[in-house]
Amino acid sequence: MPHIALPPDLPGISAGFAFRPETAKPMRELAHILLFESNSLTSGERELIATYVSTLNDCYFCAASHGAAAACHLDNDATVKQVQTSFSQAPISAKLKHLLTIAGKVQQGGKNVTAEDVAAARAEGATDLEIHDTVLIAAAFCMYNRYVDGLGTWQPRDESMYAQMGAHLAREGYKTPSLRPAAT
Amino acid sequence: MPHIKLPEGLQGIRGALAFRPATAKPLNELAEVLLHAPNSLTAGERELIATYVSYLNDCYFCQTVHGAIAAAHLNDDEELVRRVKADFQYADISKKLKALLVIAGKVQRGGKQVTAADVDEARKTGATDIEIHDTVLIAAAFCMFNRYVDGLATWQPHDEALYRERAKRTAREGYVATSRDYLPQHEAAKQGA
Repeated sequence: MPHIALPPDLPGISAGFAFRPETAKPMRELAHILLFESNSLTSGERELIATYVSTLNDCYFCAASHGAAAACHLDNDATVKQVQTSFSQAPISAKLKHLLTIAGKVQQGGKNVTAEDVAAARAEGATDLEIHDTVLIAAAFCMYNRYVDGLGTWQPRDESMYAQMGAHLAREGYKTPSLRPAAT
Repeated sequence: MPHIKLPEGLQGIRGALAFRPATAKPLNELAEVLLHAPNSLTAGERELIATYVSYLNDCYFCQTVHGAIAAAHLNDDEELVRRVKADFQYADISKKLKALLVIAGKVQRGGKQVTAADVDEARKTGATDIEIHDTVLIAAAFCMFNRYVDGLATWQPHDEALYRERAKRTAREGYVATSRDYLPQHEAAKQGA
């Protein structure tokens, strides 16, 4: 049961957003820019970073919904699962592997990122903006994940719900709710 | 030295925000709502939560800046800010704020660490649902801000006098208004819109 009286029938972050629209607005906008707006990193790549960090933080709702969005962008579910379990073996670019290494360091703490990690990413073609966005996506998911779990939100084990959310996120982005309260 | 080429002469998060004004906008707006906008928790109390979490995350820039802003809200009581960082159970703050700081410390370690008993304890001292929500989100947001500032290895000069002076203005005017000091001008104009 959630720690506070969140709107019923809304899972995960949707409930936090509906409870406090004033903070939902900048949080949605941040996710929209980082994950959806055009960028030299594809949306699929950025959703993989978000999914990986959410997996490290053990946040079921975020890992499932962003994993579904990544699968939708990439049209490939197996790659998402492989990135979650062992990204070095996944069929992704060497650049993305180095960015995932940086994201994993940020998840442990900002100071864990070394000049060598950054140089390795740059050697595979990563730009300053891509490194910046990787650090901020990883940092932002250390927020979203804590928000979702820290409120004890409802996180149903329902693959079809996450597939539906992922499809909406991949198509529309983050500015509008991906789920509406069940019609009664 | 920062890991990427950030604008020179801007300390801590300011360099990162000026590097990427598009993400600076929602980041400043989130800080504004959580820490500066009217709330049943005072701005001083909310800045103490931000300072405590930044201290736990060992982020020099954030704990110094938000500690200075907290002090500016709390009659310049820097000793109180130090005490909250060192051992808040012995600081001269309300029982409610102590219970909320317990929750914030749990969120810093991970969202699942927060227990129903922690929340019940806060509620017994008078904390409302929105106060508990905002505590969780302030703590979560500083787990982002701290990682952003340190993950880019931003420039963080150890100059408390600088942060103390600037904090007075942030305490008075908030995060969006003061962002015009360092964001590229056309972006700053959009922020005011």
